[in-house]
Amino acid sequence: MDLYEYQARDLFEQHGVPVLRGITADTPEQAEAAATELGGGVVVVKAQVKTGGRGKAGGVKLAKSAAEAKAAAEAILGLDIKGHTVHRVMVAEGASIEEEYYFSVLLDRANRSYLAMCSYEGGMEIEQLAEERPEALAKVEVDPAVGIDAAKAEEIVRAASFPEELVAKVAPVLVQLYGVFAAEDATLVEVNPLVLTAGGDVIALDGKVTLDENAAFRHPAHADLEDKAEANPLEAKAKAADLNYVKLDGQVGIIGNGAGLVMSTLDVVAYAGEQFGGVKPANFLDIGGGASAQVMAAGLDVILHDQDVKSVFVNVFGGITACDEVANGIVKALEILGDEASKPLVVRLDGNNVEEGRRILAEANHPLVTVVGTMDEAAAKAAELAAA
Amino acid sequence: MSIYLNKDSKVIVQGITGGEGSKHTARMLAAGTQVVGGVNARKAGTTVTHTAKDGSEVSLPVFGSVAEAMAETGADVSIVFVPPAFAKDAVIEAIDAGIGLLVVITEGIPVQDSAEFWAHAKAKGTTRIIGPNCPGIITPEESLVGITPANITGKGPIGLVSKSGTLTYQMMFELRDLGFSTAIGIGGDPVIGTTHIDALEAFEADPETKAIVMIGEIGGDAEERAADYIKAHVTKPVVGYVAGFTAPEGKTMGHAGAIVSGSSGTAEAKKVALEAAGVKVGKTPSETARLMREVIESL
Repeated sequence: MDLYEYQARDLFEQHGVPVLRGITADTPEQAEAAATELGGGVVVVKAQVKTGGRGKAGGVKLAKSAAEAKAAAEAILGLDIKGHTVHRVMVAEGASIEEEYYFSVLLDRANRSYLAMCSYEGGMEIEQLAEERPEALAKVEVDPAVGIDAAKAEEIVRAASFPEELVAKVAPVLVQLYGVFAAEDATLVEVNPLVLTAGGDVIALDGKVTLDENAAFRHPAHADLEDKAEANPLEAKAKAADLNYVKLDGQVGIIGNGAGLVMSTLDVVAYAGEQFGGVKPANFLDIGGGASAQVMAAGLDVILHDQDVKSVFVNVFGGITACDEVANGIVKALEILGDEASKPLVVRLDGNNVEEGRRILAEANHPLVTVVGTMDEAAAKAAELAAA
Repeated sequence: MSIYLNKDSKVIVQGITGGEGSKHTARMLAAGTQVVGGVNARKAGTTVTHTAKDGSEVSLPVFGSVAEAMAETGADVSIVFVPPAFAKDAVIEAIDAGIGLLVVITEGIPVQDSAEFWAHAKAKGTTRIIGPNCPGIITPEESLVGITPANITGKGPIGLVSKSGTLTYQMMFELRDLGFSTAIGIGGDPVIGTTHIDALEAFEADPETKAIVMIGEIGGDAEERAADYIKAHVTKPVVGYVAGFTAPEGKTMGHAGAIVSGSSGTAEAKKVALEAAGVKVGKTPSETARLMREVIESL
């Protein structure tokens, strides 16, 4: 889960990372009040969107008074920044900046380790810096069993060629930022820029944090950081039912078991759809190994309420779960849904106890259900029905 | 021959008394696996009863620790079914006990926990980890350490390595008349123990394996690195499949690692890299199976 800048700022503050004061506002009036609360002096009004490049898009404005902050918020709220509409701004204290640096610590999948990146030259897009002046970006591996302690932080700062007199100022902030990374189960903590103020303080001016959803069980507070307003209503409904669902933009609803098989099903349906006017998969939905009648019903319930869905493809390989259980699940799910089940279902079952599964579906003889032998044929049938 | 696992492997189950652990202990025994005991500190000294492949009843001892279980039974393989919150401790305990092969089935382990136990395993250098969040490993007709259905197919010339469980089953099913030397599901998490490259290296060295099918999915660059490895080190024919061509950017597709971010991690990039390394890549599971069939027939 990616956080907004203001959420990252709050987490930084909780963990002792030096940040500037910041107050969120959803209306120009709130922005004006926030600027007043911050003392009525210079503030920066910043669009809260989960994408980069907001400065260039006009999403960051300096304001010298509360009235200017209101006007800035008026200009920024509602802006479209790379497809993200701005619904909220953060009004942050102004600071007199001497120098800008870059720091991040992230999960390094390829090395199954953590990587710290640091540059004495901040303030620009880090991808651009890495591309144009790779020597200016220090990359230091961080042992997950040890983390960034004082010694490691100094190693990172020196690797980034900071002048010696700054090492003792910057290194402790890196230790604190690693504290955020470790304590909050983040996979990314990035600060760009990390600044040195005229007063000689090192401050995290803008932060990006990605949290690991697998760790949610030990961070009950993370649930409050979820962007419920931004979520698609079908995704919200699926989440409430504990289903692994992603809304896509096609017409063929997909239900399958296992993430890999479902991804593969999306592909096979998209290929098949090329023959039928370009119909595409409408969603990703993995009902997992169990595939009980309740889970199947919950899944069908979400998919059949998707206005875009014209047909549904249920693709199950009976591994642990026998196909007869899956077939019973489908039959019961259709009973539970009753008249709400209104779109044709193409079912492909294979694997454990497949004959019995197909027999159950044949016996139920539900008018909406078509059983097809192979994944390819079933995808073609579902695409055909969606195009009809 | 096979890789990592054979009929002589002695297996203990961490979490043997739990729901999943109990269910799959029964399935592994039915598949012929030599399960010799289990671990649960709170139930040490008790036994659990299951039915062996030959229909006889087996009573398995529950030990207080992995070290004790290994000392008492001679186990060299452990499989972890404990819940995510306790998985890190279970894995580190097994590493400290010096187990040779550790299969971590548990889904939903925080990635920092996985990074930590991987760092620990790497420092010790004695334990091969498969997973987490994986279906495990099967050497058909010899041993199953995982949750793969043992009845899909039997022994044969194909080695299989896959990020996905159900796609592993699907591929074994498509090629069930040919059979497999060993099939490994390495898991779809961002940090995993055994990689595609590890498995490719082992299959290359295994005389029983004549051809290799490698199944990947979106996210990360493991397939690209595997392609480089194949080009340099693998002489046996490799057929590939990558799931997720239609996955949009920024949406996690079920596996914690399956996400396209920017231009990296796309199925297309992986396919291109694999084909450049001489791997035949199928567009669908059925086409991939057909390509493998052609490879086997031409040997």
